[in-house]
Amino acid sequence: MADSVLFEFLHTEMVAELWDHDPDSDPTPGGQKPSLSVLEGMGFRVGQALGERLPQDALALREELDALKFLCKDLWVAVFQKQVDGLRTNHQGTYVLQDNSFPLLLPMASGLQYQEEAAKFLAFPCGLLRGSLHTLGFRSLVTASVAALPACKFQVMIQKP
Amino acid sequence: MSRPASRRPEYHKINKDLFVLTYGALVAQLCKDYEKDEDVNKYLDKMGYGIGTRLVEDFLARSCVRRCHSYSEIADIIAQVAFKMYLGITPTVTCNNSSRNEFSLILDKNPMAEFVEELPAGRSSLCYCNLLCGIIRGALEMVHLPADVTFLQDRLKGDSVTEIGITFLKKQDEKKYRQKK
Repeated sequence: MADSVLFEFLHTEMVAELWDHDPDSDPTPGGQKPSLSVLEGMGFRVGQALGERLPQDALALREELDALKFLCKDLWVAVFQKQVDGLRTNHQGTYVLQDNSFPLLLPMASGLQYQEEAAKFLAFPCGLLRGSLHTLGFRSLVTASVAALPACKFQVMIQKP
Repeated sequence: MSRPASRRPEYHKINKDLFVLTYGALVAQLCKDYEKDEDVNKYLDKMGYGIGTRLVEDFLARSCVRRCHSYSEIADIIAQVAFKMYLGITPTVTCNNSSRNEFSLILDKNPMAEFVEELPAGRSSLCYCNLLCGIIRGALEMVHLPADVTFLQDRLKGDSVTEIGITFLKKQDEKKYRQKK
């Protein structure tokens, strides 16, 4: 079944449509934010639901680092058919996930041409990560940055209770 | 972890669920943004149309369907090849009129509504899976087969089955019925 294709097409359409139709958007820089947070919020809901479908042994992970490693390998493979390429941490609650070839950015030209546009395609995955972490018992803040497509980084900051 | 992650069967299900869950989140968001069911339905159809115009390329690349000589063959291909490929189900096809340009796809099971038990309160006219109608319409239009596609029956609205009606709009000569290679 060509499931990942359906998701990718749907996601692309969502980015295009939700961006355009935001009724409160205004030309100031702050005006862009509402649509990003809508996409992120949707990703969060889906991430929470996916988190509940993860194998039971995943739900028993108590250590932050184990949970992040699990997301980098198992969640990423389940959702994007590949693992995250690198994980770094300062051992103080901040983690950086490096993906050198992020599937949702692959359809766009590589390099710097679509750097600004890329942010729209990373909002949903940020929410996905945040939602899955939430189900695993961790509250977090997730942001993403793009240096040169299709590589991107996700910054995860675990919030202490 | 000793077992390769990609081989675990749970991940196959997660991959399938990803689309269905994302779609559910999208519908929920649209219900927040639009008060009227008709507006949500229209929006879903429009998004589906956009997806369909691109999905058809993917479909043709994967399926290598041969030339079709009738609307009824096309309806069969949609049900038996496309639905099977993307949603894992095979709707039954029925022809609704003697001029053979109106068809129905009858779905016993609808994977897109797998996690939906009933429509939200106050949303009784919502066509939850209207994206599907848009997708079919967009895909057909890209192969020069304009059609009207709507839900005729919907399990979520209390009907016994979910039925999608396809009405092909232009009468074509026999030799013009073909799908692009």
